[in-house]
Amino acid sequence: MNLMKNNATKTAKKLGLVAVAMFGFGYLMVPIYNVLCEVTGINGKTGQISQSEVKIEDVDPDRLVTVEFDTNVNPNLPWTFKAKKFKQRVRPGEIAEAIFIVKNESTNSVVGQAIPSVAPELASLFFNKTECFCFVNQTLAPGETKEMVVRYVVGSELPEKITTMTLSYTFFKASEDVATKTIIDQKKSIKNNG
Amino acid sequence: MFFNKLKQIIFGITAFSLLIISEAALADYMNVLNLTEGVTPTSKMVYGLHMQILYIVTAIGVVVFSVMCWSIYHHRKSKGAVAEQFHHSTTAEITWTIIPIIILVVMAIPATKALVFMEQTGDAEMTIKVTGYQWKWKYDYLDDDISFFSSMSKDSNDARQLGSGIDPKTIENYLLDVDNRVVLPINTKIRILTTAADVIHDWWVPALGWKRDAIPGFINDNWTYIEEPGVYRGKCAELCGRDHAFMPIVVEAVPKAEYAVWVEEQKTMQLAAAEGAEREWTKDELLEKGKDVYAANCTACHMAEGQGVEGLFPALSGSAIVNNTDASEMIMLILNGKNMMPAFKDILNDADIAAAMTHERNSWGNTVKDVIQPSDVKAMR
Amino acid sequence: MSEAVIHDDHHDHKPSGIGRWLFSTNHKDIGTMYLVFALIMFFVGGAMSMVIRAELFQPGIQYVDPQFYNSMVTVHALVMIFGALMPAGVGLANWMVPLMIGAPDMALPRMNNMSFWILPFAFTLLLSTFFMQGGAPAGGWTMYPPLVLQLGDGFPYLVFAVHFLGISSIMGAINIIATVFNMRAPGMTFMRLPLFVWAWIITAFLLIAAMPVLAGGVTMLLTDKYFGTAFFDAAGGGDPVMFQHIFWFFGHPEVYILVLPSFGVISQIIPTFSRKPLFGYTSMVYATASIAFLSFFVWAHHMFTVGMPLTGELFFMYATMSIAVPTGVKIFNWMATMWRGSMTFETPMLFAIGVLFMFSIGGFSGLMMGITPVDFQYHDTYFIVAHFHYVIVPGIIFGIIGGIYFWLPKWTGNMYDEKLGKLHFWISTISVNVLFFPMHFIGLAGMPRRIPDYSVQFADWNSIISIGGFVFGASQLILVWVVIKCVRGGEKATDQVWEGAHGLEWTLPSPPPFHTFTTPPKVTDATAHS
Repeated sequence: MNLMKNNATKTAKKLGLVAVAMFGFGYLMVPIYNVLCEVTGINGKTGQISQSEVKIEDVDPDRLVTVEFDTNVNPNLPWTFKAKKFKQRVRPGEIAEAIFIVKNESTNSVVGQAIPSVAPELASLFFNKTECFCFVNQTLAPGETKEMVVRYVVGSELPEKITTMTLSYTFFKASEDVATKTIIDQKKSIKNNG
Repeated sequence: MFFNKLKQIIFGITAFSLLIISEAALADYMNVLNLTEGVTPTSKMVYGLHMQILYIVTAIGVVVFSVMCWSIYHHRKSKGAVAEQFHHSTTAEITWTIIPIIILVVMAIPATKALVFMEQTGDAEMTIKVTGYQWKWKYDYLDDDISFFSSMSKDSNDARQLGSGIDPKTIENYLLDVDNRVVLPINTKIRILTTAADVIHDWWVPALGWKRDAIPGFINDNWTYIEEPGVYRGKCAELCGRDHAFMPIVVEAVPKAEYAVWVEEQKTMQLAAAEGAEREWTKDELLEKGKDVYAANCTACHMAEGQGVEGLFPALSGSAIVNNTDASEMIMLILNGKNMMPAFKDILNDADIAAAMTHERNSWGNTVKDVIQPSDVKAMR
Repeated sequence: MSEAVIHDDHHDHKPSGIGRWLFSTNHKDIGTMYLVFALIMFFVGGAMSMVIRAELFQPGIQYVDPQFYNSMVTVHALVMIFGALMPAGVGLANWMVPLMIGAPDMALPRMNNMSFWILPFAFTLLLSTFFMQGGAPAGGWTMYPPLVLQLGDGFPYLVFAVHFLGISSIMGAINIIATVFNMRAPGMTFMRLPLFVWAWIITAFLLIAAMPVLAGGVTMLLTDKYFGTAFFDAAGGGDPVMFQHIFWFFGHPEVYILVLPSFGVISQIIPTFSRKPLFGYTSMVYATASIAFLSFFVWAHHMFTVGMPLTGELFFMYATMSIAVPTGVKIFNWMATMWRGSMTFETPMLFAIGVLFMFSIGGFSGLMMGITPVDFQYHDTYFIVAHFHYVIVPGIIFGIIGGIYFWLPKWTGNMYDEKLGKLHFWISTISVNVLFFPMHFIGLAGMPRRIPDYSVQFADWNSIISIGGFVFGASQLILVWVVIKCVRGGEKATDQVWEGAHGLEWTLPSPPPFHTFTTPPKVTDATAHS
């Protein structure tokens, strides 16, 4: 009988460890998900590359794709935000530039953070930015208007069936700690990519 | 005794149910049975696939249930059946593993094709963006810079209030009508982006053949190609809070020429609205407009008489903020929102907000009774 | 520890008074408490569904505020899943697993006591939210952010209630595995275990693997709301869809956590009343295990509409369809068990056959919605509501009720009232179909789920559905009456109870003494269940 009990306690302890490990796995799903997103483009997050990584011979001269720029402002942020031009025709492999105009409509200085999202999701795998206002958070003085630049490359490996893609930004109000966290995440993802 | 009573009750309920069925026209039931075939290549493909699978599972069901019934009828002890004692048969087990696999493969092939077809969002001629708000939709025609909100129509909204006393059957298109329809051209490949401002919503028009989540901070893309002009109605399909049931979608598909006219109209209207914010309004104008703005945007929470919902949404009637002679706190609150209250700065223009405020400050026993001008609102933005 | 103890009630020391229940370490008493608790919660959750059906009886809003309606929908699901179905399954396991494997009790009796008593505590937390500022949870039992984060003061209570429910069921699961792995009677090899025990081993592993993931997910919600993390907040670099992935990684195995015990029960009932051994025992075990294994790879079929890449949608579609194969194997095995048997149709058998028919209907609609492109239409409509209610009510609850009728004579020593039992079955079966079958129609025709009011074309069917609902709800009172009547007395049951019953539990007296198998029985092929 006692032997049975001892064995049972051992089994229970092992299973308890499994349960704790699975709790940890729940948290592990967060980085796993982020990696999966980078690999498959699940949530349309975009990649970042440095200027030197762009190779001129990658440019596909015969192909043009349409890139649309969509802008959103979270209701908690008293800003207006628009793309200067709604769409652009670009050659895959070439560095292109888009300008966005943002204005702080309030009487306070406000910090905002733009979050990008690309549709179709698959396109986000081939969408890389060399420079973007979304890499850091933006502080706008009361009533300030700012022109912001995105430089990006649509990879020449972009599948043929994708002819139009949308780069969408949503500006959120950034509380200080959230803003820093985002930057840290960005840096991490740069490292992972690099 | 007990059984007799139960039998009576059961009989009563059955009779009552039959009465309901026979009284209502049978056609009413028959109209509400199946998926719509819809008006796009996607929806027709989906409908075909749906029917195909439905027939397959029905056939499997008929075969399986017949065998079961046959067995239940014949292999019963009361008929003198003697139990055999076999307990496995490799042939049988392999058969009923292989056959379902074959059926599944047969089903998977057209399903894969349909899915690949639905994912092709390229080569669209125009793009619209749908943004879900608690509890209305915003539509942006990205190519033409047209933008408007679409909320449930006033008559439905009045009738759907708790204890309204209005019979929904007397309302045309109850819960299915909106103030501003989404007008789309037919025979045009249209890309539809979905996103949301607050919580997850889901944009669904059955006749188009799909639904897609609208997720705050992310955009999803889909496409549609409407083949027939008409009015197609849909609803939000993802639970998004209290008034999830009350944010309908109405798509009006029109020929291309008609669509071009509509686009021009919209542009003129938006210009006029922008001018409206500049001029001085009379109190009557504001009150009249304010009533409508209030009904479309505020009644959901603050209720028709400004009484609010206890514990959830504050009353406006007698509210200290509403009755403050200095309107700035109220303007800021409406513009930027607070807790459950959404920010209205992107939803309403200056004239709308001024009108709604004037209405609120002059109704339900509120005492300020002053006039708020669009310019007052503009100054606070 | 002598042989005499087993069959001698006089030396059977039963603690008395409330202490017997509060501090109980006896698997039978704890099993009884689980079952009674489940029955109470079944009626609590049922009452909420009656509110839902009353509101939906006619178009327009007649009785409750939409926010309260959403709370009803949400808490109905939480109460039924975590309060009624899971405890009922654990209750049956507590009672029957030791008896079936020839063990004197559960391996860890004190933990057993704790895992039960956490339940009432957790539900007090959950149900107390009805009286708080902001009301009870109203964002659906799926707790999707950002909506769930709008909940008022009740939010932390919801999270902690889920934590406690998780801890309770994980402890219950650990106990069952520890019992089966270590306490089997000599000769009771794994492949001689009754299928109910097998079903529960697999369920228990699913619980241990899935519940902690849910606990992790809701903890993230908690820190997102109160401690400034941004797991699910796009503004901070998070993604609300990630919660759905975490939730359904738990949620799909949860479906099988609920259904496998019911499958286990009917795998006991059908051979008994067919007077024939279970067909394909080995393939049953493997089919159950492979269903459980596959259940970890299909979760995203609950969220096809969030917008996944094509490859993801195809993968989850194929994986989902593949589950139909082992499920089919189980159904066919049960049919083959009945085939050329010598069947009688006492109440447990009626309920088991009810499961075969109606679970299959739920399976068919499940297969339909596994087809991704068509699911874009089905998703979040009443078609889904019809599907999972067919799986849960006539699939799981009928199985559990069948188990209760099956073992009630063993537990109480008295036969239940067969006439009332059959009446219960027939009214339930008819009304459950009136209740859930038309939901397929209105769902296909375009009625979304989780709405307190609908457009008028759905009015006629909704009235019929509501009538079915009221009758079904009321008819469950017959079950209560039968159980009370049976506990109080009735025709004495024999040890074997049913003519075709085989297995260790049927060698014990009815009712079994407080302590059983203090000396382990010897199991041979001849006495083993299969």
